[in-house]
Amino acid sequence: MKFRTPLARARGLGSAKSGTHHWWMQRLTAVALVPLSLWFVASLITLVTADHATVIAWLHSPLVTILCCALIVAIFYHGQLGLQVVVEDYVHTESLKLVSIVVAGFLSLLMAGACLFAVLSIAFGS
Amino acid sequence: MEKTQRPLSPHLQIYRPQLTSVLSVTHRGTGIALVIGTLVLVYWLLAAASGAEAYASAQQLLGSWFGRIVLLGFTFALFFHLCNGIRHLFWDVGLGFELKTAYASGAAVVIVSITMTVLAWSLAYALRGGA
Repeated sequence: MKFRTPLARARGLGSAKSGTHHWWMQRLTAVALVPLSLWFVASLITLVTADHATVIAWLHSPLVTILCCALIVAIFYHGQLGLQVVVEDYVHTESLKLVSIVVAGFLSLLMAGACLFAVLSIAFGS
Repeated sequence: MEKTQRPLSPHLQIYRPQLTSVLSVTHRGTGIALVIGTLVLVYWLLAAASGAEAYASAQQLLGSWFGRIVLLGFTFALFFHLCNGIRHLFWDVGLGFELKTAYASGAAVVIVSITMTVLAWSLAYALRGGA
């Protein structure tokens, strides 16, 4: 029995109207985070005894600024996608599920914004 | 919605823990821990942006024994989630599903993530010069 129209099948978006977008973005951010997080941890190890001026000088480099921004976006995007899956798996009260996902999303956005602000204010600061 | 009394399928606590299932649960656990741990990243970056004084107190807090325990946990969670995440990416392209391979890659994830954690902290302490 075929209840779906050929157009719906071709679009492949399913009942949630988003298809594999969530899943795919989770993989893409994961792949991006492999080199980015390894680079960041290695950098932090070299900065373990650094004073403030050294850290500022490090963040001033355009390459470091760009990579840090990419890392921040990937981290919080990936984190939000992951939290959503966990909430969807374990929270079964519809209202609480919706509120949890929305709050987690807002908090992720706020934290990403705070990190980007910090990195960019250092990068563009004197 | 009305709750009907249907028989339930056995859940986690019924089954004997196996390496594969334990790693799967740990992947979720470390994922949630890492999300909470990003608060440290927010704090550290904002402190650096706020000036030398704020940065010095952040370094002091993160360098305290409590800060070091949190950072050690964060490092292991990160390396574990990273290694096991790569294992998941292989599964996503259809590789490594054989039982033997799944157990071998699981054991590799445990060994590599512990080794990376020890290596990272040894390096940090070596660069710090003791203390």
